[in-house]
Amino acid sequence: MEFFLQLMVNGVCIGLIYGISAMGFVMIFKASSVINFAHGELLAAGAFFFFTLTAWGGLPVYAAFILTLAASFILGFIVERLFLRPLIGEPLIEVIMLTIGLSSMFKGMMLLLWGGNLYTFPDFLPESLSLRFGAITIPPVYTGALIIGAFFLALFGLFFKYSSQGIFMRSVADNQTAALSLGVHVKRVFALSWGIAALVAAISGIVLGIINGINVHELSSIGLKVFPVVILGGLDSITGAVIGGILIGLLETFTGGYLSTSLKDVIPFIVLVIVLLIKPYGLFGLVEIERV
Amino acid sequence: MLLEINNISVVYADVLQVLKGVSLSVEEGRVVSLLGSNGAGKTTTLKAVSGLLKPENGKVTDGTIVYDGCPIHNLSPEEITRKGIIQVLEGRQPFKYLTVEENLRVGTATRWTQPYQEDLELVYRYFPVLLKRRKSLAGYCSGGELQMLVMGRALMARPRLLLLDEPSLGLAPLVVREIFQIIERINEEQGTTIVLVEQNSKMALQIAHYGYVMENGKIVMEGTAEDLRKNPDIKEFYLGMGSAETIRSYRNVKSYRRRKRWL
Repeated sequence: MEFFLQLMVNGVCIGLIYGISAMGFVMIFKASSVINFAHGELLAAGAFFFFTLTAWGGLPVYAAFILTLAASFILGFIVERLFLRPLIGEPLIEVIMLTIGLSSMFKGMMLLLWGGNLYTFPDFLPESLSLRFGAITIPPVYTGALIIGAFFLALFGLFFKYSSQGIFMRSVADNQTAALSLGVHVKRVFALSWGIAALVAAISGIVLGIINGINVHELSSIGLKVFPVVILGGLDSITGAVIGGILIGLLETFTGGYLSTSLKDVIPFIVLVIVLLIKPYGLFGLVEIERV
Repeated sequence: MLLEINNISVVYADVLQVLKGVSLSVEEGRVVSLLGSNGAGKTTTLKAVSGLLKPENGKVTDGTIVYDGCPIHNLSPEEITRKGIIQVLEGRQPFKYLTVEENLRVGTATRWTQPYQEDLELVYRYFPVLLKRRKSLAGYCSGGELQMLVMGRALMARPRLLLLDEPSLGLAPLVVREIFQIIERINEEQGTTIVLVEQNSKMALQIAHYGYVMENGKIVMEGTAEDLRKNPDIKEFYLGMGSAETIRSYRNVKSYRRRKRWL
């Protein structure tokens, strides 16, 4: 029973981080219907940037974290401006090919800069972050993941619900022509969604890097886990992405705990196939409001 | 003149010519109505003004559109809306998954750093129904409510020139009357200049000051609303009030010739 609870807690913490990462992916898809295959590389880039600033640059953790977020946001913004914007209005398949190209390009650049080795962060999380409930202990990394996950989910929830830019972003996702007719800067919304996506990818990259160590190949393949997550949650639902993330996180830790660790990374994709067969729109896909 | 369209041609996808030399002018503070049958080019004319041709792969290839002294043809919709021209699209296009109030807030996109509370109250004064439904999703509102919503949304932008595309589409006669009264009030109280595209010519000519009739991508007639209302051909072809003795049929040679002059 204790083992079960322990796995569950770990699963939820990891899942929350998957969910945050998937949120960025869904945001791009909702705003511009672009499927971003370079999501894993954005995630890895964030982790490496943070690593460079803390381990090599010697910056304090908080400063490095904020700097990494800012840099990732700018990176996403630039990617949209340079690569995606010229393709607005072109067939979707070309845009998807572009993001696949971007993913190879980023991966190559990161291998060039940091090499293919596995790095680990210096241990900077205070031991006091570790929580204890009876027989269950939550290691500091997982507590950190939980706090960061909950904080950013709340932050983005409020952003989309109440801020003007958040409402404009939702309006573009809802009806682009109508948004255009009211003067919503649709291209700026696209750029903003890329910026935010890169930012949330970096957050999850940092946390996953602390847990598993950072390595270009591993982190970018973790990034691919957004696919099972968003398919499970429904491609167009941000809440769905978060719930899907938690489900995949739980599934992974339970598989790792009870079956075998080598099956752990495969099981999300098995679930992806099964969900696609049974519920092609995901468990939480938007119910189309049919009325004119 | 607030808006002057001089002899514009509009081509879609480089091959399909929809407007063939349309000229019209709109005086500040007026309601100008644009009538004509389906496919005459009314909506295209509005989209040429608002810049919404661009995403549909259309272009103004010839002629000029001058608004308030500066040429605006082929500018992007972002720039045009910031000059104070807002189009209300045909067929009510609400943001279905946003609440009524969030829909209205999108209307402030052209000036989102400024406060919007007063404008919200103004819109709720014109459309009290919206106040009651402000928290509900727009996707679940009725057709009449949606038409009011999209007009209110446009008002939030404080437009100088409002382009209305078929506000009466698919609405019950009483709702249509209510909406036209509100259009008239907006024009009088806010001083908003309005270009109104309508199939419901009778209603449109009641509130408009001036009118244009389009056929096949050209303007075929213009005049004050009163003149148009009295014109026998307009009465017959657009208001559906043919005199009793003329049977409207192409077999009737006289009727055929008269209609032919328009096309």
